[in-house]
Amino acid sequence: MKWIASALFAVLLLSLPFFAGDFYINLASQILIAAIFALSLNLLVGFGGMTSLGHASYLGVAAYFSALLTSRYGFGHGAAALISIAGTIAMAAFFGTIALRATGLGFLMITLALSQVLWGLAYRMSNVTNGDNGIAGLTRPAPFGISLDSAGAFYWFALIVASFAFLMMAIFVSSSFGSSLKGVRDQPRRMAALGFNPWMIRWITFIYAGFWGGVSGLLFVYYNKYIHPTSLSITSSAEALLGVIAGGTGTLGGPVVGATLVLLLKNYASAYIERWNMLLGLVFLFIVLVMPTGIVPGLSKLATRFRK
Amino acid sequence: MHAPLGARSQMQFWIIQGLNSLSLGGLLFLLSSGFSLIFGLMRLANLTHGAFFMLGTYFAAVAMRTYTGLNIWVTALGAGLVVAAIGGLFERLVLTRLKTNPLGQVLVTLGMSFIISDACLVLWGGDSIPVPTPHNLQAPTRLFGFVFPTYRLVLVGCAVATAIALYLLMDRTRLGAMIRAGVDDRQMARAVGIPVSNLFTIVFCLGAGIAGAGGVLGGPILSAYPGLDADMLPLALIVVILGGIGSLLGAFVGSFIIGFVYTFGTALFPELAYIILFLPMIFVIAFRPQGLFGRVGA
Amino acid sequence: MTPLMPDHALEIIELNKAFGGLRVTQDVSLKIRQGERRLIIGPNGAGKTTLFNQISGDMRPNSGKIKLFGADVTTLAPYRRAHLGLSRTYQIITLFAGDTLEHNVTLGLLGLLPSRWQMWRPLSFYRNLASEARRTLDTVGLLHLADHPISEIAYGEKRRVELAMALAQKPRVLLLDEPLAGLSNSERTTVKSLIASIPRETTVIMIEHDMDTALDLAETVTLLNYGRVIVDGERDAVIADERTREVYLGD
Repeated sequence: MKWIASALFAVLLLSLPFFAGDFYINLASQILIAAIFALSLNLLVGFGGMTSLGHASYLGVAAYFSALLTSRYGFGHGAAALISIAGTIAMAAFFGTIALRATGLGFLMITLALSQVLWGLAYRMSNVTNGDNGIAGLTRPAPFGISLDSAGAFYWFALIVASFAFLMMAIFVSSSFGSSLKGVRDQPRRMAALGFNPWMIRWITFIYAGFWGGVSGLLFVYYNKYIHPTSLSITSSAEALLGVIAGGTGTLGGPVVGATLVLLLKNYASAYIERWNMLLGLVFLFIVLVMPTGIVPGLSKLATRFRK
Repeated sequence: MHAPLGARSQMQFWIIQGLNSLSLGGLLFLLSSGFSLIFGLMRLANLTHGAFFMLGTYFAAVAMRTYTGLNIWVTALGAGLVVAAIGGLFERLVLTRLKTNPLGQVLVTLGMSFIISDACLVLWGGDSIPVPTPHNLQAPTRLFGFVFPTYRLVLVGCAVATAIALYLLMDRTRLGAMIRAGVDDRQMARAVGIPVSNLFTIVFCLGAGIAGAGGVLGGPILSAYPGLDADMLPLALIVVILGGIGSLLGAFVGSFIIGFVYTFGTALFPELAYIILFLPMIFVIAFRPQGLFGRVGA
Repeated sequence: MTPLMPDHALEIIELNKAFGGLRVTQDVSLKIRQGERRLIIGPNGAGKTTLFNQISGDMRPNSGKIKLFGADVTTLAPYRRAHLGLSRTYQIITLFAGDTLEHNVTLGLLGLLPSRWQMWRPLSFYRNLASEARRTLDTVGLLHLADHPISEIAYGEKRRVELAMALAQKPRVLLLDEPLAGLSNSERTTVKSLIASIPRETTVIMIEHDMDTALDLAETVTLLNYGRVIVDGERDAVIADERTREVYLGD
């Protein structure tokens, strides 16, 4: 039963550009990008037990690097992508050494402070980043000469990257390293006594999460052909966190569902309601008070009850 | 800013920077003392704190422009009470339900900050609203042949007065003793009959109220604008991380260190202001993660 | 030519630890030979678990040295001590509640293996780990529960899993912190016989608060009180010692 459903879902995903209009294809692309971003954050939050409010940094840094390298310094997309990811990884390694001096709320506060600093830099260093105007007029890459300018072509590109990301993260989570990560999340002292190095495990995970955050950042800037400091803001990190928590942190599917919901809410809400931020805040309150473990666990509990 | 001529003008410039540092430090103390108190007792990183501060600033901007004769001290008191009340309601209705969910508590404070900041945007629009400096404090003070903006001097005084008041509260009153007991060992405090959940509400109101009053007093310098909360919150975080969680002395010293670093940093290297801002924090985290005055394992 | 002296399994030299004004470990010195079965006893607050915490690295002493087979480990991180052959159990159950017994013991095995850093193969790929884990569970009589989550088994069984995890690594020195606490009489007999059957390659150091229960497992006994070593030596000598009576019956 599960196989048939998965196969049908895969077919649906692959064939979307053939039956849906551009608006929906673009929405699907945005969902894929948000999904990668949410999954990368969930490596930290759900599997690592490290709640970060600064994950937008990695999306933003990769995006800005790519934007600047291609538009201002004449790099080709391939080289720009490599340098951007390398830069993001380096930054994650550096930020990780600072943030991991603490755990729990201290860690949260440090990640928040660090990402706010980056956001401030993006605003202030206007001769580099163009400040509040953002960087516009960017182009999408053309891998193997194939243009990604049409909605359908970009969608398939994003789908390939997202599928790869999902697969890699699924393997990561079920690997021995992933098991040791979950162990450190649950009983760090016990893990240390068993011979695992908790700090190193957390730091490597932090970098890996930053890497995938950077990947989502590249897709983000390719899709929008524009980058603005808002993408580095607390709101951006908070939306991702909301998606992860709303969907359910314990699974791989949860963050994807949650990110989709947040994105849809944002797209439709902003059409009818100007007050997206207020709505986001209220949704935060609602989810935390009413559905603390998230939607996916909640639904699967309902499903088991249904079967009985 | 390039001083045009003479050593005296140069001196004047640097003295003004020094005073700006002190007044920014004072402002930061008004902002972060409440944050530190709340974190120390409730182990809650109150991400609404920047929004509480901003509410005070908007309160001042609107009230003092509508009632032009309004005294800033009265406004500060009023704002403090209003923001304290809002904080209290929030604590009672939302935060108490999340006692077993510290992550949830952080998220709802974030959500609340979004709600407040958006509400300010709706009510008072996207433009920056200046807060008038009180009339009797507008004339500059002349000391030793130099000219000082009076209001900034007064602001430093307010911060010091608040620090003294908080110190007396913590050290000399029964309430303060209970709060300190709660900070040291929550379980034990409950066991000896201290009403910890009421204490939580009181401390949250106190913290929020000080932030609101601080917002009023900071108004003439900062002006009320959307995004003020997002500008102030990381400063509070940096001060508390630097000074040490739960330590008022740490918040005091940290505020002035950051005040100086930020003011002189911005004067000398305007584009790198944000990096300069977080350098002290990085040093402290690297070499003394509990902060300058914090306790290990806080 | 002086003959080479074999290193003691564990050597503690004038260890001191204080929390503010409270001195929890005072000039503690111990020498434990390889293969020994040592029991550390003392009333509540004597500093037994604090001593263990310093040996395992969870706490840093203020002064003094700790040597594991001659190597100075005083400031070594806890995970490194595991790689030198140190293993311990805790007073409070610190198992992975949501996972199966097999997974718990597998983690115990993984801690010392280089494959713990593998990120691109599922853990289930390592079938030899799973079979080794099941074998270990069998030695403590819990193979039939291998696929149950920890949260579903009884307290006494959890204690046996803790022991299994510690033994899985074939440690050179094993610290057991009150392994018999809270067990029923039959569970206690089971666990005691498990401890008694630990091979001689492993040096066993046990903390027990209740003297009588663990006495027959011990060869040597150390009595602690107020952070100090009061009596130290062969079991029967310590039991008969005046000071032992004083500590337990006095005040």
